[in-house]
Amino acid sequence: MSQRIGVVRFPGTNCEFDTIDAIRALDGEAEVLWHGQSDLKNVDAIVIPGGFAHGDYLRCGAIAKFSPVMDSITSFAEDGGPVLGICNGFQVLTEVGLLPGALQKNAGMKFLCSMQQIEFASTSNVLGQQASVGDRLMIPINHFEGNYVCAPEVLTEMEAENRIVFRYTDNPNGSLADIAGICNQAGNVVGMMPHPERATSRLLGSTDGIGLLRSLLAA
Amino acid sequence: MSPAPEDASVHRALGLSDDEYQRIYELLERHPNHLELAMYSVMWSEHCSYKSSKIHLKRLPTQAPWVLVGPGENAGVIDVGDDIAVAIRIESHNHPSAIEPYQGAATGVGGILRDIFTMGARPIAVMDPLRFGPIDDPRSRWIAEGVISGVSGYGNSVGVPTVGGEIVFDETYKGNPLVNVLAMGVLPTERLVLGQASGVGNLAVLLGASTGRDGIGGVSVLASAGFDESSEDIDKRPSVQVGDPFEEKRLLEACLELLDQGLVSGIQDLGGAGITCATSETASRGGAGMDVDVTAIHARENNMEPFELMTSESQERMLAIIKPEDLAHVEEISARWEIQASVIGRVTGTGQLRILDGFDGDVLASLPASTLHDDAPEYKRPIAPPADLGERRAQDASQGPVDCINNLLSLLRDPAWVYSQYDHQLFLNTVVGPGNDGTLLRLRNPRNGQETGRGIALSTDGNHRWCHVDPRQGTAMVVAEAVMNIACVGAQPLAVVNCLNFGNPEHPEVMWQLAEAVDGMAEACVAFNAPVIGGNVSLYNETNAVDIAPTPVVGVIGMHPSLTTPPPSIGFPPNASLLLLGQVPDTDVSLAGSQWAWEIGGCKDGTLPTFDLQQAVRTSQFVAESVQKQQLLAIHDIAEGGLAVAAAEMAIDSGFGAQIVDHCDHVSMFNESGGRFLAVVGDELLDDFLKDAKRHDVPAIQIGRTGGTSLNFGTEIIIPVSELETAYRTELPEALGLGTVNT
Repeated sequence: MSQRIGVVRFPGTNCEFDTIDAIRALDGEAEVLWHGQSDLKNVDAIVIPGGFAHGDYLRCGAIAKFSPVMDSITSFAEDGGPVLGICNGFQVLTEVGLLPGALQKNAGMKFLCSMQQIEFASTSNVLGQQASVGDRLMIPINHFEGNYVCAPEVLTEMEAENRIVFRYTDNPNGSLADIAGICNQAGNVVGMMPHPERATSRLLGSTDGIGLLRSLLAA
Repeated sequence: MSPAPEDASVHRALGLSDDEYQRIYELLERHPNHLELAMYSVMWSEHCSYKSSKIHLKRLPTQAPWVLVGPGENAGVIDVGDDIAVAIRIESHNHPSAIEPYQGAATGVGGILRDIFTMGARPIAVMDPLRFGPIDDPRSRWIAEGVISGVSGYGNSVGVPTVGGEIVFDETYKGNPLVNVLAMGVLPTERLVLGQASGVGNLAVLLGASTGRDGIGGVSVLASAGFDESSEDIDKRPSVQVGDPFEEKRLLEACLELLDQGLVSGIQDLGGAGITCATSETASRGGAGMDVDVTAIHARENNMEPFELMTSESQERMLAIIKPEDLAHVEEISARWEIQASVIGRVTGTGQLRILDGFDGDVLASLPASTLHDDAPEYKRPIAPPADLGERRAQDASQGPVDCINNLLSLLRDPAWVYSQYDHQLFLNTVVGPGNDGTLLRLRNPRNGQETGRGIALSTDGNHRWCHVDPRQGTAMVVAEAVMNIACVGAQPLAVVNCLNFGNPEHPEVMWQLAEAVDGMAEACVAFNAPVIGGNVSLYNETNAVDIAPTPVVGVIGMHPSLTTPPPSIGFPPNASLLLLGQVPDTDVSLAGSQWAWEIGGCKDGTLPTFDLQQAVRTSQFVAESVQKQQLLAIHDIAEGGLAVAAAEMAIDSGFGAQIVDHCDHVSMFNESGGRFLAVVGDELLDDFLKDAKRHDVPAIQIGRTGGTSLNFGTEIIIPVSELETAYRTELPEALGLGTVNT
């Protein structure tokens, strides 16, 4: 059980407290992991939340890659520790090479904030423990760079290995193969553009993110 | 000594009049030097001193038991219970946005956010009421797209959600767009700090970005003069500042941490008039003086002149007043957030603001701090109603090419293309977001994030058409409209902030508009028991000597007392009763000031429909309570475009239509008689609801039933909902979405 979740905070991160609130509402514990420190405080799982780490200057995630905390997270992930990158966190994971491909600007060349439907394409990962392939979820997106790309052979390999975690049912950003989220080979590292922490309250319009966070807490 | 300066062209070039020079001479009892003149010129600019409007603003109500801080501080603050306070402010960034749309809008967001965290509050919401020239004008589209990108680019990155606003296109804003930005924040009441310097020997620490040559004299050069089409306006581009949202984000987090740890006794943001404003305002508010060492200011460029350092409007800077023994701690927090911190000043007991070349060096300027702030001139400018007012009011606004179906289709516009570019969900508070009547946010305790079970509602509104026809009644209707918007989400008003966008105050007709608008606002704010707790006046909105239509914009903040269920949407449910609530329009109701008259009929004048303010108060209270009691299946207020546009928006939202009895002529469909709502009530509740309305003295008329796939007015006007939706969804993406031309 991943009772204690470390939530990474870079200068420019802005979804860290939303993520912590959502975890605590599910009776999980959450700790802030400051980007400049390599100590992971013995957490059981890690979330790299959304925002604009280091202002997203140069390129999304390109500077975050060099923050000391990322070396520790890479080792943690290679040892099988559960890691979820949400939005900017997904971008950071592709920059450090824990996930393949890259997120380029949306096809419409505009920032997009909207509720989006996604579908589980694979459940053999830390987010899919309580789901079935084909389950549909309403989860908000909020990004300018969410248009996933990778080399054709990488896509073929990921599809063969069931590593496409989520696909959009109505692709908002031009993402290759409607990809909204992917995982590594072991399934312990997941990156997704939609924000599950924003779908955890009926008052706010969706509770479909709860199952994903519960799955992470149970991983 | 003679009061006449050696060279009058110096002070005139800085935007000071000869009379103002003389006033400075009398205050100092000597001739000011160039640096001192530059400091007076920015602080006595229209933008900073409100010298033309102050005399009128005094007529606004500003008091209520829940008001903690009223006008005059960086933001207004109200007590919302549970030891939680809310800070709110609205500002304009019109002139910078006309010159450089992206940066103008971006720095507008940055500036208003600093006003909020200056008070000790974490900013949690931005709203952006925007007004541009005609949508078929390429330059206006270029400005619109740049402004929207600027709000999106800065607001999203700095990490504050943009939860609502307006977008209006009209000929009157061609060449002079209105970019207003509202920000709201929450704080533990005990953390409230004011922008004042006290304690002799305390240090003034400049935090954040380095000071550069950007935005020098922005308030005096840009914000306090109109535009013409000469090349000179292009030359004003260096007076526009450049924003860095990442710097602002780090500055915000660092300042909130300094405040949390109790390290700051006073704090002030640097906006218009830069260091001059921040040092003189903090000193004069604290009844103190200050010595400022210009050589200590961390500068972006070498060889900057003292007047440049003192008047630069470089963004993302704050001035904190701290105790000397806390300096190391302040520096440690600043270093962690990677922001610069320089001790640039020391609080003194003299009342003088002295600018020094090194703390022990030459005195470059020495002024009584309060003279920059409190002794600014106050003008009673000439006022005159338009000479042809009688003729204008006699016009019949109902004439024009009547074609109800196509008229309705042409009046529909979906703002989603705009707000989908803004993060409007961050902080997990947004219960009702942009694209609805009012915005509704969960109110959570800023100490621990716990829900209070209550909601904060916001709305911004303006209507240049109503205010052009009748600035007094039009402004009262604008305030009512904002209150009605928050009623739709179950909230009642607590306070108002305003942004008064007007033309050239040297034109007596503009001052008449301003005076009338202030009176209309005062009447409405008294009626709704919502004091004005802050605001901003933007004058000289003119192009080629043509003033914009008067555009007072208000932001209303209100409270939903028990937020357990989302309020009803605006969408029609199937098979229920459609009611018209509120003031019954005159039998010969006028179309004057309506969107139909301006955009289709072509008449911009006439006399507004009668407006019963007290009825609007009763109706909006009744609607707010009905929403709280969950008695309504749908609710929408009637505003621009009248009943027909309101009904169409309700149909588009859900996909279900309605059959409306009568109301099938263009006057009934499109008049904008105020104080009205469309409400949908389930059959089982209908009798009780009607009785309840009667008991509250709120007219409620059943005008039809919801359901079906078309929206019908009478038996002749039948429009498929799909056709309404197509017209609604396509306008903005087609005009703005495919790129525009910079002409």
